[in-house]
Amino acid sequence: MDLPTIWFVLVALLLIGYAVLDGFDLGAGILHLLVARDDAERRAVIASIAPVWDGNEVWLITAGGALFAAFPLVYATVFSGFYLALILVLLGLIFRAISLEVRDKDDSAGWRRTWDVLFSVSSLVPSLLFGVAVGNVLQGLPLEADGTYRGGLLGLLGPLPLLTGVLALAMFVMQGGAWLALKTEGEVRRRARVAAAAGAAAFAGVWLLVTIAALAVPDPRDLALGPVGLAAPLVVAAALAAFFWAVSRGRDGTAFAASSLAIAGLLAIAALALYPDVLPATDAARSLTVENAASSELTLRTMLVVALVGMPLVLFYTLFVYARFRGRVSAGGAAY
Amino acid sequence: MDPVILARVQFAMTVMFHFLFPTLTIGLGLLIAVFETLRWRTGDPLWDRTALFWTRIFGLTFVMGVATGVVLEFEFGTNWARYAAFVGDLFGAPLAAEGLFAFFLESTFLGVLLFGRDRVSSRLRWLAAVLVALGSTLSAFWIIVADSWMQTPAGFEIAGGRAWLTDFWAAVFNPSTLQRFAHTVVATWVAGAFLVIGISAFYLLRRRSRDVALASIRVALALALAGIVLVFVTGDQSARQVAYTQAAKFAAMQGLYSTTAGAPLVLWSLPPAQDPSAAARAPEIVVTRLLSLLAFGNVTATVRGLSEFPAADWPPVALTFLAYHNMVILGTLMLLEVLVLAVLVWRGTLESHRGWLTAFLWSIPIPVVAIQLGWFTAEVGRQPWIVYGVLRTESGVSPNVTALDLGISLALFAAAYLVIAWLWLALVRREVLRGPGEA
Repeated sequence: MDLPTIWFVLVALLLIGYAVLDGFDLGAGILHLLVARDDAERRAVIASIAPVWDGNEVWLITAGGALFAAFPLVYATVFSGFYLALILVLLGLIFRAISLEVRDKDDSAGWRRTWDVLFSVSSLVPSLLFGVAVGNVLQGLPLEADGTYRGGLLGLLGPLPLLTGVLALAMFVMQGGAWLALKTEGEVRRRARVAAAAGAAAFAGVWLLVTIAALAVPDPRDLALGPVGLAAPLVVAAALAAFFWAVSRGRDGTAFAASSLAIAGLLAIAALALYPDVLPATDAARSLTVENAASSELTLRTMLVVALVGMPLVLFYTLFVYARFRGRVSAGGAAY
Repeated sequence: MDPVILARVQFAMTVMFHFLFPTLTIGLGLLIAVFETLRWRTGDPLWDRTALFWTRIFGLTFVMGVATGVVLEFEFGTNWARYAAFVGDLFGAPLAAEGLFAFFLESTFLGVLLFGRDRVSSRLRWLAAVLVALGSTLSAFWIIVADSWMQTPAGFEIAGGRAWLTDFWAAVFNPSTLQRFAHTVVATWVAGAFLVIGISAFYLLRRRSRDVALASIRVALALALAGIVLVFVTGDQSARQVAYTQAAKFAAMQGLYSTTAGAPLVLWSLPPAQDPSAAARAPEIVVTRLLSLLAFGNVTATVRGLSEFPAADWPPVALTFLAYHNMVILGTLMLLEVLVLAVLVWRGTLESHRGWLTAFLWSIPIPVVAIQLGWFTAEVGRQPWIVYGVLRTESGVSPNVTALDLGISLALFAAAYLVIAWLWLALVRREVLRGPGEA
């Protein structure tokens, strides 16, 4: 594999890490008001993600930095093009962090109600917009001659991107529900299982629709995918089947693992469909590819060393800390 | 309105507001690591209560820093797309390294420190405190690598309208990286120490939690002393480095218009004018020849004035001059305060000097303001360049982001930051009033 391709894979892996990990706390946020009805239950939802959400979000920040380092033209084109959408995502992430932090700092009902609602909304909006963004990238952007996208926020809300937005929501609901089923007890756990199963069913249905919509547009690259391209959808389908089996047996750990695998598989499909483009344009001559958008070989090689030193360390202590926090949180939660 | 101005205002607002929080947490994190070390080694419950109390303040502040910091990772792309495309081969790498080596470390172990109390051993809790402090200092290193490259770019060549990396270590350790990193980090020690000293002074004034307050002040005083002395040492090195590498910025900082041999140091004056013809100034206090001596180690050395540069290459002179001079004035004030505190602690009479205790309480913002002024000097003084001498700021903006887009985002961020500022003040006040509890 050449260096730009290796970096394409590494950025994809960082985004998969983000979707799997922050996916469960975004999903827990979306489900917060639905599965947790009283204050003790809501404290339990918050307590299940409080020690880890911040580390999960670093996957997104690092993916942003890695995209900047490896494919600066994509970083510049996508983020300036998706300006208002990205500002909304950032405001969502700001208020999510704040809500998680301050909710339990005051015990008046109005205060908690306010932050519970903000937490849920600020989890839902970025989740939807992440999906919309991926849909637009997959569909290809109408880039101008100077390489910029000038279609504004409304131009991003086409049918396929909206569909992938809903797909992202369903995916995070499934993942968040699976997480809460694994980490909580009693009624919250029961409701979370139902929500996770509903999310997975929606995921399966919308995924089918997106696949049909994508295949309806003939694209010679689809034929070039080869065996890996065929294997990824099978992995997602198998993971979904395993998920439903595990939920029906009450095996929360297996269900969470299956849900994570389905998310990883879906993003792998998206990455395979893109490659060798990183950002396709409707006028193919303006597409940004792993070759024409990549940084210099020296930068890519240096950053590869940085990643090979840094990533194993990160994985090691992340797993260590997750192991320390394993087990269920009791209703009532824990605040510092 | 001009989109370039709006983009600059937005970047200045988001980065300055964000940096309020790391300013406090880098120094405070180091103090907590010390308190945790004392707790772990001595087993004294006093250090346990002390560490727990400051960790609660730290947690509140850190999360505000995280929430406002995410914006910055993406803002180079949203608002400065041409800059991002131009420097991407060099500038993205330190940001990615910051994520890998610093953000993961601090956020993962902050979770352990805040929520792991009953799940981890005493030693692991100590280790988490140390790793959080290490992570925040590493984060400062990588972001200052990136910023210093904009000030004194090195290790690159220009080809096809973009900058390309030629030497990684030359780019990382460019001429200003180490001086600016050292100056920033020791300044945050002072800021963290002043926060701890100020809140502890409040408890001594209220005659509560006396044991935690006195213990905290002793440790924080040591850090404040070391920090403020090193602030002057590293500040001197930083200023000399600017004199050698960014002569126009240095001239604006000092308010020097004509190239002068044996240049005087302006201690105080009315702000200088941008118009070169109005260069003659009203009253000022100067020390003859001192600028030449400080900058180049020789009382007769020649210091280049602004008139050597085309007016189009001047930074905003009055802003740069005022930010720099007020930073130095506040630094001097802090040095005096720390010396007074050292004498009072050494004599054991701190608690009877209620006037000084009140002064320490109200001094909490002083290092924070001084650090903001320092960054203002560095970044406003860099203008009109986004990469000094290489790329102009106006050439770095996103061509496809309109004034309307910017107006919307600026208003949304401003509103959000007002809420965050209010929340932080209200919640820290509440934590302080709740206090560490009595033994």
